[in-house]
Amino acid sequence: MTETAEASKPVELLTFKLSDQEYSLDIMSVREIRGWTQATPLPHTPSYMKGVINLRGTVLPVMDLGQRLGLPVTEHTDRNVIIVVKHGETLAGLLVDAVSDIIALTDEDMQPPPDVSSGAHPGVIKSLTLIDERMIRVLDLSHLVTSLQSDAA
Amino acid sequence: MTSPDPMAEIKASFFIECEELLEAMQDGLQRLDDGDDDPETINVVFRAVHSIKGGAGAFGLEPMVRFAHRFETVLDGVRAGAQPVTPDLTKLFFRAGDHLSDIVRACRDDVDFPPSQSDAILSDLDSYISRDAADTAEDEIEFQPMALSLDLDLPSLDTPPEPPRWRITFTPEADMYESGNEVFPILSALADLGQADIRCDTSKVPGLTELAPESAYLSWSIDLNTTVEEAEIRSVFEFVEGLCDITVARADTAPQTSLPDLPPLVSDPPGAPPEREAVAPTEVSKPAAKPASQPAQANAAKTVVRVDLDRIERLVNLVGELVINQAMLAQSLESEGLSPHSDAMNGLEEFQRLTRDIQDSVMMIRAQPVKPLFQRMSRIVREASAAVDKDVHLITDGETTEVDKTVIERLADPLTHMIRNAVDHGLESTEDRVKAGKSPEGSVKLSAAHRSGRVVIEVSDDGSGINRPKVHQIAIDKGLVAEDAVLSDTEIDNLLFLPGFSTASCVSDLSGRGVGMDVVKTAIQSLGGRITITSAAGEGTTFSISLPLTLAVLDGMVVDVAQETLVVPLNVVSETLTIRDDTVDEVEPGTRVVRVRGGFVPLFDLGSALGYRAEPSNLAGSVALLIVQEDGSRAALIVDEIQDQRQVVIKGLDDAFCSAPGIAAATILGDGQIALIIDPSDIIAHTPKHSGSHAAPLRMEA
Amino acid sequence: MTLEVLAVDDSRTMRNMIKLALEPEGFTVHTADDGVHGTEVLDGIAPDVIITDINMPRMDGLAFIDVVRGQAPHRTTPILVLTTESGNDLKQRARKAGATGWIVKPFDPAKLIKALRMVAG
Repeated sequence: MTETAEASKPVELLTFKLSDQEYSLDIMSVREIRGWTQATPLPHTPSYMKGVINLRGTVLPVMDLGQRLGLPVTEHTDRNVIIVVKHGETLAGLLVDAVSDIIALTDEDMQPPPDVSSGAHPGVIKSLTLIDERMIRVLDLSHLVTSLQSDAA
Repeated sequence: MTSPDPMAEIKASFFIECEELLEAMQDGLQRLDDGDDDPETINVVFRAVHSIKGGAGAFGLEPMVRFAHRFETVLDGVRAGAQPVTPDLTKLFFRAGDHLSDIVRACRDDVDFPPSQSDAILSDLDSYISRDAADTAEDEIEFQPMALSLDLDLPSLDTPPEPPRWRITFTPEADMYESGNEVFPILSALADLGQADIRCDTSKVPGLTELAPESAYLSWSIDLNTTVEEAEIRSVFEFVEGLCDITVARADTAPQTSLPDLPPLVSDPPGAPPEREAVAPTEVSKPAAKPASQPAQANAAKTVVRVDLDRIERLVNLVGELVINQAMLAQSLESEGLSPHSDAMNGLEEFQRLTRDIQDSVMMIRAQPVKPLFQRMSRIVREASAAVDKDVHLITDGETTEVDKTVIERLADPLTHMIRNAVDHGLESTEDRVKAGKSPEGSVKLSAAHRSGRVVIEVSDDGSGINRPKVHQIAIDKGLVAEDAVLSDTEIDNLLFLPGFSTASCVSDLSGRGVGMDVVKTAIQSLGGRITITSAAGEGTTFSISLPLTLAVLDGMVVDVAQETLVVPLNVVSETLTIRDDTVDEVEPGTRVVRVRGGFVPLFDLGSALGYRAEPSNLAGSVALLIVQEDGSRAALIVDEIQDQRQVVIKGLDDAFCSAPGIAAATILGDGQIALIIDPSDIIAHTPKHSGSHAAPLRMEA
Repeated sequence: MTLEVLAVDDSRTMRNMIKLALEPEGFTVHTADDGVHGTEVLDGIAPDVIITDINMPRMDGLAFIDVVRGQAPHRTTPILVLTTESGNDLKQRARKAGATGWIVKPFDPAKLIKALRMVAG
């Protein structure tokens, strides 16, 4: 093994589907995955905020990740799951269509996204990678969580 | 997990103890300032500073030792009666106390504390230290604060081949035995120094008939081969010095040095000055004779267990779960249709009672008196009044009132703000006070009390009151209220809480208040509290904060609105009404009132206020909750149905995701569903109002 | 040899330090908050050595020694005075009150143990 190979440690990513597109998150930030249950809606919040659910005694805010990213709104089915993530002290649920796989990548496998500063959600997609000719978007959780505050205000 | 370092633990507990000592010190200083001349009062202060110094020395915290030592010296002068207590001196004591607190906290947080910061106070303290005492103080500080290590000084193993030989004679006097000293430990301590050959001289022992049991007849001579210095040999006799006859001399060929009476070794600096501290006359305190000093003493004897707050949090959470589970169980038992007299239902009742008792007890664990918080405020008053050159006296009341620890912590900032405001803006300048025929010394009162299940904390001043015309004008200038608006006094006073009312530019010339009061209000609201103002021209202003006793549970009314279940805090609901067609009037489109005993109360539909539905046109059959707000105004909230009244466990909502106007928190109901806990006042304030008779003419943002 | 020690000090930190210094060395350490508490504790134990602070609420160290010396079982129990003060006056007073020896704070564990050994073997 060369030194450079050692330097970039593989990152494990959880991949999931949103409107037939593939996304992924660092598995270190994923706490658990659970089935969709009806949420208690929160008044006066952006439409992608589905509300709050009871996660074993904790009030967990859940957002529809697809809607958050501006994808078409889909009906929720039993296959939908909530990925519970933790960022800093914030615990949140991300509603996705279905979880696909866990993959291991190194930095070399990932490419920066093209200039997305003009996109609807700059910074949310951290990098891109190709697996079996499918493009997988790697999400930046910190961006997803922190930028929400200004959206919600 | 690595095993915790015992020294680090003791050090941590030392800093906790320091907080208690600082509190006792503050307390004592306050009593001193109030003219309490009980000698125990100054003693308490002295002991607190003294104990801080002692502990600090053990941990090598030099800045603490130095400052505490000088502070203690002045206190000691007062204690000994050499220094009278003057107002200037108590002021200095307060300053020194505050400074000591700063040093303690800096040391605790491992923050650098430049000694130069103490210079001014030290030189003020020194002006109270007499020349002699100052010398003593300087000398005594020579005792080196030493950082403790747990490594014992083990005797070195490699002894040189021929250690010097010493001849020691030791002849105890009768008094030595009286003092509790024994020969054997001394001899064995000597033997520990090297190789000892000990002989006992019994030649002085008289015959049995003449033997006096209280007399000493024996003497010893010891030949000791040791590498230690003579001083160390003599140190063995430290405690018996003067109670026996001792000679120590070299017994080999080396030149004999017989030093007269070396000072004892254990820690005394050479040539220690005469004892400075006048130890209080031996006195066993007389219980009940001096009630003023009793509380502190009672504290000393109280057994206290220290518990990690995390563990309490966990307990609180578990009890929360227990309450929820109990509710679930109750719900399923009821749905089984069991007879209320069945064993299961009786058992459930008992279970509910126990659950509530456990819950109350757990909440008690977290409750703490507001006293430390109030003490911090007395410092704020001192600093703020010094900054604006006003003479201000802080009166505190209800310091023993207990409030949830979390509430206390989160009250510190808003209270600080309010106290500063009171000193800076509430109170007039000394000249103006004199002109108005008031005492030149302004007073700020801080009080706490339990009132009908809530804690009420009030900050009041005896200043000139809110300058309403000016406040009104500022609000108009800032575009916060329409120019032609006619506002009641209460409405004008409440302008102070509007965001954007106060900015730096209007602070300096504002004789009322308003420095960031919106921030204060937000902080209080986040604690589930309310803040109100009352003010009388020329007499002063009172801010009143009303808080829940704990952040963890709430007595709530569970209601249904547009298929959603919500919880309304019970304490704001004064009564419930069923709406009839003939009791509702429409003042103008969108503004409806309900008639309650001849009065008109504005109606708010909870469902539409929260965006669940469009405002229903026909309200007949709906239920209205009559809400009384802190300022006394009333409003009626329309709900579909009332389910229940019960205690619910408050679950915080993540600010980042869930902050929604009108929503205070959430709870988990018996069926596991989450219900939102609403904040009625917030909903009323945020519901867009049409200009009309009942709407306040304020442009508030929705 | 294990010794039983009673440490009387109103400072929790000091009590902890004494325990920390002595317990690993095999001493059994009892503690009390002040003189009054100390006399209460003494009702149930017969320590080999008593260590006491001077400045304490309710009953100070000198009064405490006086009380202890008046009780037959503890009349000759070695008593060490723990103090931040040094100087001959204190020693005279401590000795007059019946103390056996003294330890100046801050102490290090070795010196504390040495002092204990000097009075109790």
